Amino acid sequence: MKIQLRKKRLSRSAGGDFVIFLFLAAGAAFMSLPLVYSISQAFKPLNELFLFPPQFFVRNPTLDNFNDLLVLMGQSWVPISRYFFNSIFIVVFGMLGNVIFASIAAYTLSKHKFPGKKLVNEMIVLSLMFAPAVVSIPQYLVISWGKMINTPWAVIVPAWGSTLGLYLMRNFIEAMVDDSLLESARIDGASELRIYWQIVMPIVKPAWLTLIILVFQSLWATTGGMFIYAEQWKTLPYALNQIIAGGIARAGVAAAVTLVMMSVPIIVFVFNQSKIVETMGTSGLD
Amino acid sequence: MSAVVTRPTGVRTKSTLKERWANFVFEVKKNKISYLFLAPFMTLFFVFTVLPVLLSIVLSFTYFNMLEWPTWIGWTNYVRLFLADDIFLIAVQNTLVFAAITGPASYMLCLLFAWFINELQPKLRAFLTLLFYAPSISANAYMVWQIMFSGDSVGYINGQLLYWGIIERPIQWLVDPTYMMTIVIIVVLWMSLGTSFLVFIAGLQGIDNSLYEAAAIDGIRNRWQELWFVTLPVMRPYMMFGAIMAITQSFTAAGQITALTGFPPTDYATWTVMQHLQDYGFTRYEMGYASAIAFLLFATMVITQKIVQRLLQRIGQ
Repeated sequence: MKIQLRKKRLSRSAGGDFVIFLFLAAGAAFMSLPLVYSISQAFKPLNELFLFPPQFFVRNPTLDNFNDLLVLMGQSWVPISRYFFNSIFIVVFGMLGNVIFASIAAYTLSKHKFPGKKLVNEMIVLSLMFAPAVVSIPQYLVISWGKMINTPWAVIVPAWGSTLGLYLMRNFIEAMVDDSLLESARIDGASELRIYWQIVMPIVKPAWLTLIILVFQSLWATTGGMFIYAEQWKTLPYALNQIIAGGIARAGVAAAVTLVMMSVPIIVFVFNQSKIVETMGTSGLD
Repeated sequence: MSAVVTRPTGVRTKSTLKERWANFVFEVKKNKISYLFLAPFMTLFFVFTVLPVLLSIVLSFTYFNMLEWPTWIGWTNYVRLFLADDIFLIAVQNTLVFAAITGPASYMLCLLFAWFINELQPKLRAFLTLLFYAPSISANAYMVWQIMFSGDSVGYINGQLLYWGIIERPIQWLVDPTYMMTIVIIVVLWMSLGTSFLVFIAGLQGIDNSLYEAAAIDGIRNRWQELWFVTLPVMRPYMMFGAIMAITQSFTAAGQITALTGFPPTDYATWTVMQHLQDYGFTRYEMGYASAIAFLLFATMVITQKIVQRLLQRIGQ
């Protein structure tokens, strides 16, 4: 596609490149603080974690914290794999549903003409600006009325209706998909569903890859909160928080947990941006 | 696709109810694919967003303590907010200052870094994107700052300043109202390369290279001209997205602020409208009052968004 190595363009000066490089390097050093700090903390032995004054970098790295975490996870009353399964279940179904429902609606709202289109678009923008805190009670009532309390669907189904994803997809389709392309596909007799799946979706791949990162991150962090009280459907963050809740005695384990929880979205992010995904899905088009 | 179908007669003349209904059915049938595609999402949207929002607006005219059935009290909540709640007025002032700084600044940072990073080779680009996005990935990243700005003499910043002899005694960074707002703004800006940053990068990658080649022939001389006349106009839909993100994040900031300066902070120095809302909603169980705050916040954000939308339409002219 068009994302290969950029050819040197006319409008670049060497001096400008250098200034930008310095700016980026300084920014990167500043922004990498939490990563460096979390990694450093996770490998600190207990005596360094409680060192006074605290040290930023680890001096005698150890795997003790991770060993302790494994032992604690093994002692869990509910097997830890169950929590892990629950988290994956919520993330996978929530993500798939959100990306598909949002993108098909986004395609319609961006490229079709029908009465009510303007109103719906306006409502979606408005809904993004309403503080979520006060709608939590009506939402709870709806979810409980739908008999979804204590099931993973209480988290998954509302995630499908997330307006952020729809708005993101709609703006990308607006910017990247050319009307004339759709028109010629229609003349060729392609069905609307086919146009959506085989023309629009491959073009806006950067959009849904980004959406996947965002949805993954928010669903991965969910504890089930006020919707899931049954132990068999609690999630991994909940279980790990329980382990950390041991307080100061668990400080080392807590540092390990932080790193573990962080590394999953990072792995997803790296995979998401890698060549493997880059070639997936476009094969139908290019 | 909608070529040969004709409308039922008499649409534009004085239409009876029956004719209107016929017209409505006709329109629905004509666009049934569009409505079909929208149906799953819109159902969820209505059930989980529109309905709760409307309910909450109704609640803002009631007294509702979450145990008893809400009682209608008309405009009382709104009157009370402006005339009887001094702390709300402090919160409004703080939020406006906070939003006026962090909103535009975070927006510019996202755009600038995305633009710079986009020029790099794919591997380096992915790596730097990850680094810049890191504070948003790690949910409790601001923990680092709590240790940095720790108020005793062994906090990293106090320690260094004492060592260099710049200060004589440790500064209570997160408790002294002189510094609190500044620190909160720095930390929030540091965490702000999130959603819109990723969207900008994805958007920049989608721009066709031939546009730049054509622009170079047309006499674009430097990267700033290229940015203003080529890149930004194509980016407008993403910039609108980013603007909404910046507005919502800057007007509804609460979590990070609570973690840094406490709930409530000294002299309410960093107390925001969103924290005020949480205080009334979930500490005092006055959901009607909290809903009134939410509605005012919503109205402010909508007005801001309309203004920003106007401004963004001027790009590239």
